[in-house]
This record gives sequence, C-alpha cells and structure tokens, in this order.
Amino acid sequence: MTLISKPASAPIVTDAVIVGAGPVGLFAVFELGLLGLSAHLVDALDKVGGQCAELYPEKPIFDIPAWPRITGQELTDRLMEQAAPFNPVFHLNQQAQSLSQQPDGSWRLETSAGTVFHTANVVIAAGAGAFTPRRPPIPGIDAFEGKSVFYAVRDRSKFVGKNLIIAGGGDSALDWALALADDAASVTLLHRRDDFRAAPDSVEKMRRLVAEGRMALAIGQPSSLEGEDGHLQALNITTTDGPKRLPADALLAFYGLKPQLGPIAEWGLNLNASTVLVDTEKFQTNVPGIFAIGDINHYPGKLKLILSGFHEAALMSQEAFRRARPAERLVFRYTTSSSDLQQKLGVA
Amino acid sequence: METGKIHVTDRSGDRHELDAVQGWRLMELIRDQANDNADLKVEALCGGAAACATCHVYVDDAWADRLHPPRDEEVQMLDEAFGVTERSRLSCQIIWSPDLDGLHVTLAPEFD
Repeated sequence: MTLISKPASAPIVTDAVIVGAGPVGLFAVFELGLLGLSAHLVDALDKVGGQCAELYPEKPIFDIPAWPRITGQELTDRLMEQAAPFNPVFHLNQQAQSLSQQPDGSWRLETSAGTVFHTANVVIAAGAGAFTPRRPPIPGIDAFEGKSVFYAVRDRSKFVGKNLIIAGGGDSALDWALALADDAASVTLLHRRDDFRAAPDSVEKMRRLVAEGRMALAIGQPSSLEGEDGHLQALNITTTDGPKRLPADALLAFYGLKPQLGPIAEWGLNLNASTVLVDTEKFQTNVPGIFAIGDINHYPGKLKLILSGFHEAALMSQEAFRRARPAERLVFRYTTSSSDLQQKLGVA
Repeated sequence: METGKIHVTDRSGDRHELDAVQGWRLMELIRDQANDNADLKVEALCGGAAACATCHVYVDDAWADRLHPPRDEEVQMLDEAFGVTERSRLSCQIIWSPDLDGLHVTLAPEFD
C-alpha cells in the first residue's frame, strides 16, 4: 500500500482518481486494474475503509456474497488484499476539492492538501460524504473556528500557556486533555456525563489529574460562546444544576465525525438531495468522465448496499477504459481463463 | 403481525400519528412515513447500527419508564449528539411492539 500525505510538486497523472477509499472505492481499484487502468484514491479519513472502518469496524455484515459473516474491518482488509496487485496510491487526510476540465477534455482535481491530479476519469465513491468533525450547534461558532475553537490539533505549540476547554468523552478528547495538561495554563475537560467511553487507562489517568487538581472536570453541554473577533473569553454550558460559565482561551471540541457531501456539491452534477444522479449503464453523472458509485449515487431502484456498489464499479470501469484508452479495443475476459488478467493479478 | 400507532412531534412542532408495525425500529417507522416532510425526516445515516447519532429523539415523559433502558452502545453514541437530555434516545434502538402503542416522541434538532 502506498500512502502519500504530502502533495507532490508536479501534478499526478493517472487513469482514474477515486474519491473515497471505502469498500466500493477499493473494489473499483480492482475492476479498473483488471482493465489495465491505474488509480489514485483520496479520502478525508486517516485510514481506508470508509464507514466500514470508521462507524462499524467490529460489526459483522451478513450480506456480502460468499461471506456469510464478515466485520467492516475484515471486509476492508480483504478488499485491500484484492486491490494490492494494482498498486493503488492513497492520499488520506484530505478532501477532493476543486474540479476543472482541461483543454484536452481531461480533468484536473485538487485536494484540500494541495495534491493535484490530471486524469481522464473521476470516480466519486464517497458513501454518505467525507467524514468531517461534528460542529457543536453554538450560535456564532463559525467566527471562532480556526482562531480559538478547533476540532483537531495540528500545532500543539499554539496551546502552550493557554486556558483550554477540551470537550468530549472519547479517546480524542481524553488523549488531548492528557497530552496538553502540562503545557497549558489550565485544562478543563467538558463532557455531558461523568462516564467516559475512552480507553480505561486514559480515564484513570484523567481521574488522577483531576484528583490532584491538575485538570478540571465539568459535566455539561456547551450552550454559548463569549469573546471578540474570534478570540474566546468564556464558554457557557448547561449543567443539571443550571448554567455555568467557564473562562477559557480556546475550545477543542471532539464530538466525533459526520459525513458531509462537501465540495462535490459544487461540481455542477445533477443531485437528488445529497446523492448524485447517474445512468445505470455506465454509472456516469450528467458530466462525461465523472462517475458516481456506491451509496453516493442515485437511480431508479437504487439500493444502498455494498454489493450494489461492487456491480456499479465493474460497469463504470468499462466506460473509464474507453475514456482513458480511446485508441484501444476493450475485450471482455474472465479471471478464471485469461492469462492476461492472471498476469495482471500476479498469479500466472 | 401486530400493528398500532405512534405519535411523532416533528422539528416544526407538528404532531403526526404514524402507523407502527411489530418488530420495526422507531427510526424505520418514521423514515418510512416522513415522505417529503423535511421536518419529519430522520437522517439515520448508519441504518440502525447505533453508530452515528443521527436519529436522536426525545421520549415523552409519560413513556420514559415504559421503554427498555438504553444499552451502553446507545449511551456512548449519544455523547456525539447535541442537546442531549435524560429523555434522549436513538430511535433506531427502540423496537416497536404492541406495548408501545401510542408512544410519543419528539425529533431532536438536526445539525449539519
């Protein structure tokens, strides 16, 4: 598996860019690969597998053909193994952002990290959208975001000597509360209940720091922000004993991730609510060379099942081949009998 | 199959009487009958796996003690919801049976 997190200096030229490294995006690598097409994948998460890996890695799935029972993570691992002969390249922690057509008809796609692709085919396999941090519904919070309200820690030196509120009850909240406890002027951990789903070891460490007076614990939910020009002065919270005011310089909020369609909505594609309309021959959108497969697409009779996405990936690949190799003929072959396909798979 | 009714107050405050079918999740009953009413829609992103907190409802006081208590998984998932109260439930974790005939819930606000 090739992982690239820093943008290359020159545009990456590839036969297909797959937006979303969930099960359907991973299987598309395989189907494109059988036809000799290369693929790069972009995903907002820091790992492959999409919803299978993020929402239900441990939950068994019972309707994958030939797998009477397989967990989300196992399915991801198997698909990675199946795609491996085709050397997919993964660009994680970034979102597909802007798309434009070049004079020769190919596409230029740029990600939020500045990675640029030139490709004949863009395959949107984005599921329910890109996983992005859940933003607390506090009025006016957008004015504070990036200045004193954060959903991730990119530069921890920013928090040295600051009074921090870290909200959430999972591993991200606890890990950062513990990590920043010494460097910050103060850390207040804010959670809606006095019980934490984070790793027991972290919870124990946090309880110890609270007992020693090196960390504060507030039980409640955020309600409003006080501050000027995006600089936080206090967070007001609701608690079972009524409202409370917590003075602070910064809020780090870790309320998990939620999928958002994001920039794809601006690409000029025909949408139905937050799904992309496609035809059922090529699974192409209204824009030639832009495809949508898996949960993100819609057509009459659509069923949001992983197996539907697998079928859609195979049909999409036929048209992707014609676009990437206009001078070549497409031959239909089976993996059981074709020595050409077996060579590609590295089993001949 | 046993059937009955549930009452759902939508996000604009309108109350709807919906059909209930034994074995269906409350989330599924609402999703199936919301039609084009955006205020009555539940996102239910994960499809009922208690993995996304996008089918959050408030159970009417009168019914609070008549539901089975939430499992840890549901309580933990509610940590990622907002506006959580002691009446908060994930509607995908409430499976309708005739003893819930007349159950009344209110949809929690939806956030982006």
